[in-house]
Amino acid sequence: MSQTTEHPAHLQHHFSDVHQQAESAKLGMWIFLLTEVLLFGGLFCFYAIYRSWNPEMFHNAHAFLNVWMGATNTVVLIVSSLTMALAIRSMQLGKRKLTMWFLAGTVFLACVFMVIKYFEYSHKIHLGQLPGKWYFFEGIAGTNPHIFFSAYFLMTGLHGFHVLGGIAVITWLFIKTARGSFSPEYYTPIEMTGLYWHLVDLIWIFLFPLFYLIG
Amino acid sequence: MKDDAAQRHILPLNLYLAVGSALLVLTVITVAVAQMDFGPMNLLIAMGIAVVKATLVAMFFMHLKYDNRIYMLVFVGSLLFLAVFIIFTMFDTLRRGDIYEEIAEPYLKEAVIYRTAETTTASSHPAADSSQTAIKTETETETSEQ
Amino acid sequence: MEHTIPEKHYLNEATGWKSWLMTLDHKRIGILYMIMVMFSFFLAGVFALLIRWELLSPDKIFMGPEMYNQAFSLHGIIMIFLFIIPSIPAILGNFVMPLMIGAKDVAFPRLNLASWYIYVIGFCFAVYALFAGGIDTGWTFYTPYSSESTTAVIPILTAAFVLGFSSIFTGLNFIVTIHRLRAPGMTWFQLPLFVWAIYATALIQVLATPVLGITLALLMLERVVGIGIFDPAMGGDPVLFQHFFWFYSHPAVYIMILPGMGIISELIATFSHRRIFGYKFIAFSSLGIAFTGFLVWGHHMFVSGQSDLAAVIFSFLTFFVGIPSGIKILNWIATMYKGSISLDSPMLWALSFLILFSIGGFTGIVLGTLSIDVHLHDTYFVVSHFHYVMVGGTVMAIFGGLHYWWPKIWGRMYNETLARIAVVMIFVGFNVTFFVQFIMGTQGMPRRYATYLPQFQGMHGFSSIGALIMGVGFLLIAIYLIHAIFRGKPAGPNPWKSLTMEWETPSPPTAGNFEGQPVLEHGPYDYDKVIPENSLKPYKTL
Repeated sequence: MSQTTEHPAHLQHHFSDVHQQAESAKLGMWIFLLTEVLLFGGLFCFYAIYRSWNPEMFHNAHAFLNVWMGATNTVVLIVSSLTMALAIRSMQLGKRKLTMWFLAGTVFLACVFMVIKYFEYSHKIHLGQLPGKWYFFEGIAGTNPHIFFSAYFLMTGLHGFHVLGGIAVITWLFIKTARGSFSPEYYTPIEMTGLYWHLVDLIWIFLFPLFYLIG
Repeated sequence: MKDDAAQRHILPLNLYLAVGSALLVLTVITVAVAQMDFGPMNLLIAMGIAVVKATLVAMFFMHLKYDNRIYMLVFVGSLLFLAVFIIFTMFDTLRRGDIYEEIAEPYLKEAVIYRTAETTTASSHPAADSSQTAIKTETETETSEQ
Repeated sequence: MEHTIPEKHYLNEATGWKSWLMTLDHKRIGILYMIMVMFSFFLAGVFALLIRWELLSPDKIFMGPEMYNQAFSLHGIIMIFLFIIPSIPAILGNFVMPLMIGAKDVAFPRLNLASWYIYVIGFCFAVYALFAGGIDTGWTFYTPYSSESTTAVIPILTAAFVLGFSSIFTGLNFIVTIHRLRAPGMTWFQLPLFVWAIYATALIQVLATPVLGITLALLMLERVVGIGIFDPAMGGDPVLFQHFFWFYSHPAVYIMILPGMGIISELIATFSHRRIFGYKFIAFSSLGIAFTGFLVWGHHMFVSGQSDLAAVIFSFLTFFVGIPSGIKILNWIATMYKGSISLDSPMLWALSFLILFSIGGFTGIVLGTLSIDVHLHDTYFVVSHFHYVMVGGTVMAIFGGLHYWWPKIWGRMYNETLARIAVVMIFVGFNVTFFVQFIMGTQGMPRRYATYLPQFQGMHGFSSIGALIMGVGFLLIAIYLIHAIFRGKPAGPNPWKSLTMEWETPSPPTAGNFEGQPVLEHGPYDYDKVIPENSLKPYKTL
């Protein structure tokens, strides 16, 4: 046993070994993801109830969403999940530069997602397809079409907010990787951020059909 | 080190690429299927495909298949409690008006923001709409029967 | 036997305000919480006294109805969000739990400190709201009034939202700590029951509080942006707010009581000098309460306009929630049977709990009965029920726990005679205040009313006297407990002769808790196998 692995620099004093520390971080992160599921879940409940009360309106309103932009965004997030997973794998193999490429790729794809969202949002704002009392678009048949857009902006908005958070954290990871903070023995922050990023992807996997593909 | 070995379960590159490809294929499928109409099954099919995609992401990208089972328990647990929230709330929202028709839909079917200047002269009180007049006529008939 | 305060301990190993405000020591963080939380208790208590003063007469004494609405709203909000929900987990959970499991600290000490700072930010928003117009919606913030009230709704919602994060992070920290940082040999069924209770509470905290977060955010958007989701004029549903709100707030009451029950397990076992009866039943009942607590929130909404199907389901499920609580009470009583009981002041708090929580719990079942609740909803019966469980339950447990662990936290003992006087004052004062409220409720006295029919004046007056007695009692407690910090007699490591691991450290403990990694040598309730002493014995380490 070498000296550095017996008490590595990254081992915090209240943990007895790196394994306990890593497994604690993982459990902590999964519990945090649990809270995110419940947070978004509240909005999914809101969606479910209002869609069950206004099924036709939801169907009519969704036609004004651009399926291709939504599908592109889905593809973008899936690929970004892949690059994130590969970033972790690269650090497991000790390939620092490759890790940086994958992290940068993830950030780039996340930014593409936000740009597409920007175009979608500005189009809707222009047309007046806005939440609640700001709604002024005419041309959607059914009861209270503003509710669809309340749900749309709330859910994609909260999701987008989480994408922005992810961009910030992954950028920070990129910088730390460049500085050599991580190694095959210690890459926990990258792994934990990966879990977070996959959840962001997961939520979009459900948002996409619920808003863009109402049959 | 025995500590590192436990953490160092490195999945093969091909597995990641295969899962990624599967996710993209499923995306294509879900968009294609959405162009067809299966009636009430539409939602079920779309959600079913989404669940398959989500499972792939969770099992492989998030490593749940290879990790200690407690993490899967945490994740599934969150979904279970979310399901309770949605289902129990819908015991209320979908079954109002079971006994009394009038309380079935307490909200305005045509929100105030859609009313033009002409129609709002009738009453500024948002409660005065078609769903509420049903209660009024009910009580009127009750009093007239007495 | 004369004891001395150890030379170096966590309180004096570093001095100065920076060493406190930047501390990563769970014990110091527990004390930081104690200061804020107990101050909030005092503040909310002042509002309670203002309410009871106003209710001495049906006519206005000094508060008109608008002011009165603010008084009960602020009393509720401060008591619930700033005091009772954080109380036991943040103060005693932080201080005692890592010691009980043989750990050096919690899993994420920096997150722990962050949780405290987040609490302080929430506290500041609440104080700001106090001066920015107050709040008159009731702590329940029901729509549509909360969408329209001209009081400082947004600041107080922000406060509750921020405080929610403090709760979530504390819960997350505790779950990971209990899973990962237990001493070698300490299996799940060798954990003290206080730890099981904190664990079950933490599960509720992480599962329920995010929904409160989204609920408050939606209400804020409703007010600021006008999305109209709770507004019938916009096609929204105000009852939906209640579903969202109570999905958190019902499990929240189990966040309030479960840690209290954990304390009672420790107190009953220690002061009966007997193995706890039905350990596994008590442990699993904590989990049972946590789980079933999520299934019953609609019992707050029986007269809201929810569907009859939902009302029946929620009422039926509510009966099940009482079962695990009942199991605990019976097991505690069975623990005392043939035990060697000492009536030290912590035990007197525990005995008060047994009586008062039982009354509160039974009346909860009464209210859970759909047909009865239709008449008792929004009456003083409800007010009395929840005060019996929250004050007669949790507050008794908090003070029992504070008295029990006070010598461990500060190394010094408080005045036992004054402590016994205080617990009797609180017990008597509490019952004088709240028992008549059950009667008033059944006679139709509505809650949240600044005025009332003349026939209730006698009972209201009686109730207000009880509040005064309680106020004096709590003041007395503050005086002798604070006095004990500086002038109490050194207590020694194990003044109550308990077998849980925190008593194997000196009083006060060292900054690092233990020398080396302690290993479990006996179970927490092995009173039939081990005779504990008030002295430091060397413990086995790895």
